[in-house]
Amino acid sequence: MKLPRFVIPTLVAVIFLGGWEWFVRVGHVNDVLVPAPSQILKWFWDSLLNGELLSATWVTMRRLIIGFAIGAALGVPLGALCARVRWIRDTLGVLALGLQTLPSVCWVPLALLWFGQEESALLFVVVMGTIWAVVIAVQESVLNVQPLYLRAAMTMGSKSWHLWLRVILPAALPGVLSGMKQGWAFAWRSLMAAEIFVVILTGFGLGSLLHAGRELLRMDQVMGVMTVVVLVGLLADLIFFAPLERWLRRSRGL
Amino acid sequence: MSPTSDKPNPLAALTLRNVTKRFNGAAGCVTALDDITLDVKEGEFLVLVGPSGCGKSTLLSLLAGLDQVDEGAIRLGDEPVRSPGRDRLVMFQQDALFPWLNTLENVMFGLRLKPDLTEAERLESARYYLSLVGLADKEKARPHELSGGMRQRVALARSLAPNPRVLLMDEPFSALDALTRDQLYRDIQDIFTKRKKTIVLVTHNIREAVCLGDRVVLLSPNPGRVRQIFDINLPRPRRINDPELASLAAEVTDALSSHLSRSQEGLA
Repeated sequence: MKLPRFVIPTLVAVIFLGGWEWFVRVGHVNDVLVPAPSQILKWFWDSLLNGELLSATWVTMRRLIIGFAIGAALGVPLGALCARVRWIRDTLGVLALGLQTLPSVCWVPLALLWFGQEESALLFVVVMGTIWAVVIAVQESVLNVQPLYLRAAMTMGSKSWHLWLRVILPAALPGVLSGMKQGWAFAWRSLMAAEIFVVILTGFGLGSLLHAGRELLRMDQVMGVMTVVVLVGLLADLIFFAPLERWLRRSRGL
Repeated sequence: MSPTSDKPNPLAALTLRNVTKRFNGAAGCVTALDDITLDVKEGEFLVLVGPSGCGKSTLLSLLAGLDQVDEGAIRLGDEPVRSPGRDRLVMFQQDALFPWLNTLENVMFGLRLKPDLTEAERLESARYYLSLVGLADKEKARPHELSGGMRQRVALARSLAPNPRVLLMDEPFSALDALTRDQLYRDIQDIFTKRKKTIVLVTHNIREAVCLGDRVVLLSPNPGRVRQIFDINLPRPRRINDPELASLAAEVTDALSSHLSRSQEGLA
C-alpha cells in the first residue's frame, strides 16, 4: 500500500510537537526558558488579535520589499555594465565580489550615522544586502550567454539596446533569477539582524518585536516571531521564486 | 504564393578580392585564409568544401560580417561588407534558436527588426515560411519540444523570413541523422528554385556539396586557399543517391585527397 506523500511529514510534526508539549507540561524544563507549542500558539493568536503581529510584519515586509526592489533595480544595470565594460568589471566587479562576502549587518553602524534611526537606514542595509549578490549574478550570467545567440541575433540586425533587452537579458535570466534569490536571502537576514540590533523610531518590525520579547523574558514571543520569520521566508519562496523558477524550467526545457 | 511583404530584391553578387585573415593563437600567428579571390554570382548556390582547418567557416564569418578581413575586400553588390546585416542571414551548425521564444516568435525575431513592415505582414511572412518548411502546426512549440531536424527547419525559416539577399549556411546539416538530412536537402533545393536566392553553404560532406551546389569550391588548408572549382551541371531537384552525382562527388574527393597527400609529402 502506498501512503499519500503528506502522511509521514504530518505524523512527524504531530509526534515532535506533541512530545515537546508533553515534555514542558510534565515539567522537565522551565517553561520560561522553553515555552510549550501551545503557549507560542496562544501568543500568536493574541498578537494577531491585538494587531501587533500584523503591523510588525507589515513594517518589516515593506522595508524588505522596497529595499530589495531598489537593490535589484540598481544591481541589474550595474551587473550588466560590469559584464560589458572591462575596466568597470575590474573595479566595481571586484568590489562587488568583496562586498558580497561582507555580512550586510556590518553596514548598520554607518547607516545609523548617515541616516539616523530612520527607515532610510534600514533600507540602506537591505539594499547593501541585495545589490552585490545581484551584480555578481548578472555579470556572470551575462558573460556566460552563448556567443552563438549573439551571433545569430546580430546577423538578423539586432544591436545595442535591442540586443541587450531581447537577447542578452532573456538568455541570462536563469542566472539573474538565482542571484536575486540569493540577494533576497541576504537582505532578509541582514534586515532581521538590524531590527534586533537597533531601535528604529519610525516603525516596529518583527525584529523589534523579537527584541522586546527578550527584554520581557517572553520566550513564547521570541519563538513566535522566529516562527513568523521562517514562514515569511518560506512563503516568499513558495509564492514568488518557486513559480518563476518552475516557469523558466518548463518553458526552456531545462 | 509568397507573402505580399516580399518585394523583389535585386539579386546580389558577393565579390571577394584578395581576402586574407590571420589569427593570433597559442602557436603564434596562423594564416587562416590566404589571398582568396572569388565571385558568387547572383542567384547562385555556391558550396565551400575542404578538410577541417581550411578556413571555410572563417570565410563564412567574414561574409556574414561577424569577423573582419585583415587584407582584401568583400562586397555585396556595390556595398562593402563590414558588419553583420539583415541582407546576409546565417544558418549555423547548431540551430541557435532562442529557447525563451516559441517557434513563431523565433521566426518573427528577424522580421520585427524590419521597421518597414506592419505587424500583420510580419505574421503573414512568418507563417508562410513556417509552412514552407512544413512546420505550420508547430507555431506554439518551444525549441526544446522539437526534434533536431525540426529545429534546423525552424532556423531555416527564421533565416529566410526577413527575405535576405544572401543566405549563408555553416554546416547546418552535419548534426542531423541521414533521413532528416535527405528531407532538408529536398526542402532547400525546393526553396532555392522557388525563391531564387544567393546561397553560400559550407560543408565537409562532398556528396552534400555536389547535391546542392551550382558550383563547388574546394579549399585547401594551411593556409586556406582556393584549390579548385567544380561546375555541377546536374538538373534539379537532385537526389543524394543519384549515381551520376556520386561519380561527380568521387571526382571532387579524388582532387581533395590528391592535394592532401601532396601537402603531406611537402611536410615530410
